[in-house]
Amino acid sequence: MKNETNSKVKKFVKKLFKRKIVIFAAFLVVFFVITAIFAPLLTPYDPYKGDFRAVLAKPGRAHWLGTDETGRDVLTRIFYGARTSLMIGVVSVMISACIGVLLGLISAYYGGIINLVISRFVDVMMSLPSLMIALALGMVIGRGTFSLMVILGISTIPTYTRMMAGQVLSIKNRDYVIAEKVMGATNGRILLKHILPNCFSPILVLLTSNIGMTILAESSLSFLGMGITPPTASWGAMVSQGSAKLLINPVYGIAPGICVCLLVYGFNVLGDGLRDVLDPRLRGSL
Amino acid sequence: MDHYYEVSDLRVTFAGDSGRSVAVEDVSFYVEPGEVVCFVGESGSGKSVTQLAALQLLPVPPASIESGKVLLSGENLMQYKAQSATMRAIRGGEIGMIFQEPMTSLNPTKQIGLQITESAMLHLKLGRREAEEKAVDLLRQVGIPDPESRLRDYPHQFSGGMRQRIMIAIAMASDPKIIVADEPTTALDVTTQAQILELLTDLAKKNNIALILITHNLGIVARYAERIYVMYAGNVVESGGSMDIFARPHHPYTRGLIKAVPRLDLGEHRLIPIDGLPPSPGVRQPGCQFANRCPYAVDACRSKPSLDLIEGIHYCACHRKGEDFDLLESKDTEESHKTTEGLGEVLLSVKDLKVTYPIRKGLLNRKVGDLTILDGISFHIRRGETLGLVGESGCGKTTAARGILKLIEGTTGEVWLNGKEILSVPEKEFRPTRKNIQMIFQDPFSSLDPRVNVEDLVGEPLIIHHLVSGKEEYHQRVDELLRLVGLDPSLKDRVAHEFSGGQRQRVGIARALAADPDVIICDEPISALDVSIQAQIINLLEDLQEKMHLTYLFIAHDLAVVKHISHRVAVMYLGNIVEISDSEELYAHARHPYTKALLNAIPIPDPRVELEREHEMLRGEVPSVLMRPKGCCFAERCPFASEQCRQQKPVLQFDEKGHGTACWQIRQECGK
Repeated sequence: MKNETNSKVKKFVKKLFKRKIVIFAAFLVVFFVITAIFAPLLTPYDPYKGDFRAVLAKPGRAHWLGTDETGRDVLTRIFYGARTSLMIGVVSVMISACIGVLLGLISAYYGGIINLVISRFVDVMMSLPSLMIALALGMVIGRGTFSLMVILGISTIPTYTRMMAGQVLSIKNRDYVIAEKVMGATNGRILLKHILPNCFSPILVLLTSNIGMTILAESSLSFLGMGITPPTASWGAMVSQGSAKLLINPVYGIAPGICVCLLVYGFNVLGDGLRDVLDPRLRGSL
Repeated sequence: MDHYYEVSDLRVTFAGDSGRSVAVEDVSFYVEPGEVVCFVGESGSGKSVTQLAALQLLPVPPASIESGKVLLSGENLMQYKAQSATMRAIRGGEIGMIFQEPMTSLNPTKQIGLQITESAMLHLKLGRREAEEKAVDLLRQVGIPDPESRLRDYPHQFSGGMRQRIMIAIAMASDPKIIVADEPTTALDVTTQAQILELLTDLAKKNNIALILITHNLGIVARYAERIYVMYAGNVVESGGSMDIFARPHHPYTRGLIKAVPRLDLGEHRLIPIDGLPPSPGVRQPGCQFANRCPYAVDACRSKPSLDLIEGIHYCACHRKGEDFDLLESKDTEESHKTTEGLGEVLLSVKDLKVTYPIRKGLLNRKVGDLTILDGISFHIRRGETLGLVGESGCGKTTAARGILKLIEGTTGEVWLNGKEILSVPEKEFRPTRKNIQMIFQDPFSSLDPRVNVEDLVGEPLIIHHLVSGKEEYHQRVDELLRLVGLDPSLKDRVAHEFSGGQRQRVGIARALAADPDVIICDEPISALDVSIQAQIINLLEDLQEKMHLTYLFIAHDLAVVKHISHRVAVMYLGNIVEISDSEELYAHARHPYTKALLNAIPIPDPRVELEREHEMLRGEVPSVLMRPKGCCFAERCPFASEQCRQQKPVLQFDEKGHGTACWQIRQECGK
């Protein structure tokens, strides 16, 4: 039995990493996760305490990526920034996915007036740019890590709802769903045990790529000064502040930007790879 | 010996993830002008690939033609490149093709006139005017009424049967010498199928065209073929004259195939299925490919048999002699009549079941009328009985099933199950009772949740209706159910797509049985399966009925199958039951003109019987439900229709034997 699960895991990993690029993406994501978790161990510096003897220092032996305008080590800030980014990315995506998927499920499965209300609500949300919604919500709720998660979460709900509704519509008249009804299964059971799992592949892909998008949005908001409250380390805020000092220490503004790119890219490709593995119709098709 | 079109030693392989797999293995065949040659075999036997490869129509790669010669009047076509001018002139010029799906093989954005003239202009170098004249002539030949005005119409303005006629016209437009028809009628209804095949063979005879017909339907082969090639797993296993092969089938596969199909003209006897599964493409074994399913396999079968001459033009690839098989075969073909005596009380009774959809129009989406799908049907089924519900596509069979199961809105009438009316019961109250009436679906691919393993698929009803207490009993019960339908319980961790079609259908049956239902509605349970597997499933359903005293409502479009499995049969047409009676009685003394036509349209897999049958064609096609006739639903196509038929709807009129017919003409006869 244990062997069997082992071989299943092996198969999964083998399929997932069939494309070399997925290995690279997974490596990127794991790398940033590790730096986020072990940030205090990886660097001798404190992310919040500046060294006024080395303000805006160029990259060198002491500070590999230089320092910022208060003399804080940029590399350290990037490590700690990964914490903020990943946490915000994952949590806000969870918030929006849970609400969005639920709304989509219900509206498409039951149809009628419920569908009408939810779809119109989603239409309204969709008609506003999500960054605008996030900015507006930011005004109301205020700044801070937690409110940023909620804001970013709410602003991406419509994507999930739309996607889920589309999926459910295509699945709810399949024979196997009808078979469930014939069996006498309750709507709740059909929704949770049969429709949701079968809609999950595209949602998972969206989820992983949305983590990337959210990290990007967080960076944008922080860049605009609407996001993370200083002195918390955030890649977006670093790009924002570093962009003004590009001539003095270009690495200060560029390095966190590259990190955002790499992490977002990593999540996107990983999402693609996951979809390839998780679709059972592709399983055994080797 | 020189033949007009001859393919020899054709070998086609496909590149896959696990290396190259052989799809066609050293196949040779020939055709002469004016001849109808059938290729018969199950899905994956390589019959289509053979033809496509000969015309170099396969995508290369993944396909590759490893060896073989294709001679067209002595010239080897393999020396030309697939896209060379010569090949292009031959394809569609010398050799025309007709495909299975008339809905997708015509270009939907072009008028049909253009599609027909295109070929004539390209290959015969005709001018536009001449080509159009030819197109009109062709359309008239293939039986499209009013061809001049219809040249400007688009494919969607034609029905499926009409589109297949247009495909024939396109194939004929370049005056080809050979027409390859790849399952040309599989997507069509029985009555349309008969029309199309009759037309095709007539045209071929008239114009001295060689017709290569690819099919899986033995009846069609028996009715139309002069010579047959039987294919199995990429090999021709038997070839010869149609009469010879049906009278003295030699290869165990051919013998099995002929015995595995139910026949309309014979009394009831148990079908003898071919054991095992058809080979999956790419998995090949050394020696005879059929050996693992062959009841007569011996040691010699481990080497590949060659196609040896038996007599005349009859060849067979088998190490053993046909006479041996005759001795080995048990002569057990005892007739077993299905009697309706000794059946229990009425279990399911349907009264005036109607299904209508509202037609909405305009800005405000107002209801402007009703679209009647099911026009009031009534029947009853007794415990232990099988009622066959038969009819062509669109006649409302599946709608009836779903209506009875309370799955669609707009259902009116009464459905009595176990003495209780269920149609008016709200869903919430009805849900616990659902276990008493279960369903087996047509498509074993889409009716099983692809993410759930077989154990949970089969066991789900047990959990929903709390029929088991505890994990232990659950596992036990699921194993029991799987064994009951002939599946190995050790496979229960797998998901549906890891099984073949037949195995999946067994899973579907096990699921339907799980809650120990009173009635099982089988909605075309075998039409998606291969011939040799169909017999396995039919036998399984029959065995289960005997063992568990099950009651079936068996829906199908194949009359031979329905006759085989049912005690009583109801024939449906356009949302009505036009005739209902005991199955033997119905087939022996069909009264309704539609039933008669339907029976006539079905080819019987025996050329000797076919020779003596009259091929009387039913004209026209099933009208759309949007244009439901006012009186008898069949009046428009009925050769005996009178004014009364067109004005008043007849109801089922029963005689003393319980044989009901809804026809004014029959009633008058009875009155006399």
